[in-house]
Parts: sequence; structure tokens; C-alpha cells
Amino acid sequence: MKNIAQIVCEHPFFEGLNSEFCDLMCGCARNVRFNPGEYLFHQGEDADYLYLVRHGQVALELAVPGKAPVSFQTLHDGDVVGVSWVLPPYHWASDARAMSLTRAIALDAHCLRKKCDEDPALGYAVMKRLLPILTSRLHATQMQILDVYGAPEQPQ
Amino acid sequence: MTSQDLWVPEPVRVLSRKQELESTWTLELEQVGKRSFLPGQFNMLYVFGVGEVPISLSGDTSLTESLVHTIRAVGPVSSQLAAMQPMAAVGLRGPFGTGWPMAAAEGSDLLLIAGGLGLAPLRPAIYHVLRNRERYGRVVLLYGTRSPDDILYRDQLEEWSRLPDFDVHITVDHAGSDWQGKVGVVPTLIPTLAFDPEDTVAMVCGPEIMMRFTASALRDAGVEDEAIYLSMERNMKCALGHCGHCQFGSTFVCKDGPVLPFSKVRGLLSLKEF
Repeated sequence: MKNIAQIVCEHPFFEGLNSEFCDLMCGCARNVRFNPGEYLFHQGEDADYLYLVRHGQVALELAVPGKAPVSFQTLHDGDVVGVSWVLPPYHWASDARAMSLTRAIALDAHCLRKKCDEDPALGYAVMKRLLPILTSRLHATQMQILDVYGAPEQPQ
Repeated sequence: MTSQDLWVPEPVRVLSRKQELESTWTLELEQVGKRSFLPGQFNMLYVFGVGEVPISLSGDTSLTESLVHTIRAVGPVSSQLAAMQPMAAVGLRGPFGTGWPMAAAEGSDLLLIAGGLGLAPLRPAIYHVLRNRERYGRVVLLYGTRSPDDILYRDQLEEWSRLPDFDVHITVDHAGSDWQGKVGVVPTLIPTLAFDPEDTVAMVCGPEIMMRFTASALRDAGVEDEAIYLSMERNMKCALGHCGHCQFGSTFVCKDGPVLPFSKVRGLLSLKEF
């Protein structure tokens, strides 16, 4: 059976991270599980964790007044849930709901921020891993905003 | 058909009509003169007295009695086409254009990537692969669309997803909480796949912006530009490379395409209509 250090260091988010940094991360980590339908967090709440999904599926949702919530992204094995922990004032920008039994590593955001502040090399290593995720999600959002599958404006 | 015949629409009957989505219908047309076609080719369909539009062939190339077209009602011609009832007459010219590189892709893994109605021009390629499964390596179909209600050929996708050697991944741009599948744009699925980029051929069909993002994700994954094929859709009119309406740089989409390698069009994709 793997210990938490192995699980954290083998997660795709930390792939290639040196063992010293990985050990530092493990000090902030704990195992969590969410049952189907359970929320990892809600929009506006304090962003106190970074979740590394081990197994399962999580929907990021936005509540729409007068309508059912709209899911705009699902995250799966190996993905990262929640980037608001790094952006002041550290509030979640959406809801996150477990669609299936989801096992994850929760990294305490206060602990993580403190360690990144104290060791800029660690902070840089973490940022290098977060930035591609943010960029990829930005590109995805651009495509979603464009509504590319809608009817053409100038039909033949 | 002689080359002269290609200018003249031939009347054919609608055999059947099936609603696929809210404004999308599949017409089965009678096969006159047993025209064979390649996966990826299109016909020009003419509504007498109204106009003519290019519509991809979306049926199985092995069907000998009928031709299948899936049509979204977005303009005067396509709306009238989509509304045609069995026994109505449609003018038909074709088939035109280049097809998907089915022979060149033999022996390789295949990534078939469709967005929205782009699944229709890819469907003949899927039929071909399933009929000749032993000729290809790993085969993955990625399909992205707007919402769960906009999934084209839903029953068929479910059927294909049950096949042991055909990987199907569906994602939608947004969904309600009753949707149990993936949400997100189709290019985001590419990094999650296990495939050998040096031995993979990608066939991509969908709105041009979706194809641009998808080609970019494929390049990031290591697939060569020459192994990425896109089905372009431009303003095709004559379908024979004479009128120039669909000219795309030095390429006439109707004659040299619609299926073109990304290496040939990558510099032109971000440009507005020529």
C-alpha cells in the first residue's frame, strides 16, 4: 500500500518535482474522499485547498439564478481541482461537485502558500505546473464563449 | 458521368427523412447510376428554383441503393432541403472533392476528431474503419458538441462505444447536473489519450475554430502537421474549381479539398474569408 508521500509525488501534477520539494508538499497533504453528489467546495467560500484527483470525476459548476446549475468543465483522474487558492483574495470561483466516488489529495492552501513564500524555488516549481493548467482552461473558455457549434451567422 | 454532366443537377428522389436534432435532418436519397464515393466527399444538392448547397456524404460507402446526407437547416436552401418529404425531387451533382486518407492511414493509429455537425462528414470514414478494422491500429473517436441535447447520431455513438476495439470519448461544452459524461472542449481530451504521435493519423472535422484549437493540441502532443487532416468548409459554388468562390490561398477547397493536410492550410486558418 502506498503512503501519502508516494501518492503525492506520483501524481501527474508533481511529475518531475525533486524529492526535497515533494517532501515539503507532503507536509501539507491529506487523503480525502467525496461521495457522488457531494460538493468539494462552493463559489465564494474560502479557497483553502488544492485538490489532486486520484480517481473519480468532478464537475465545475456555476449556479444560474432561476435555473439548474450549469457544468462547464469536468475533471478526472490526474487532474487538479481548484486554482483559486493561489489568487488573492482566495475565494472559489465556482462550485465543484463529485459526479462519482472521488478520491483525492487535499493540499492545505495556507500551508502551501507559506512554503511557496518561504522558498521561491518551490513556489516557482509549483507556478510552472499551474500556469499550463490555467492557460489550457483559458483557451477552453475562449472556445466555449465563441459557441463554435452554434448556427453560422451567414448561412448559405 | 461525363465531365459535362458534372454541371447539370440530376433529379433524384428523397427516400426517407429522419430528424436528428432540433434543426438537423438526415435525408436518404435514391442512388441513380450507382455513383461510388469516398469517405469525406460531398455532393451539391439543388432545390429547384431556390439554390444549391454543398452537403457532405454521411452514409456508408458500401450502400448501393441510397446516398445519405445530414443537413442542418440554417439558410433558405438548407431549410428547404431539410424539410423535403419522401418522394420529393432534389437536384444532385457529385460526388466532389478529395476524401479522407483512408489508404494512406492503413497500419497507423487513427484519431478521428469531430465537433458538432462535423461528425457527419467523418461518419463514412468510421464505417470504413469498422468494416476494415484489421487494417488500422488503435482507433479513437473524440466527439465534442455544444450540450447533451446536441449530440448527433447518439444511438450510433452508444453502439460504437460498446465495441471492444473502438474508443469513443464524448464531451460537451456545457451541461446540466443530470449529464454524467465529460464537460469541456474537445481539444482538452487529446493530452489524456495514450497514443504514439509518430504513428498516428488524425482526421478532424468541425467548425474552423475548433479545428484550429484541435490541430494545435495535436501538434503539442507530437503529431506531425502532415499527419493531421482537416475537412475545410468554404463557400463552394461550382464544385469544379472554376468559379473561385472557395479559393483558399492557392487551393480550391471544392476541388483540392475539402480534406486537406494541416501542413497545407496552417498559415491560412487564422485569416478571414478570402
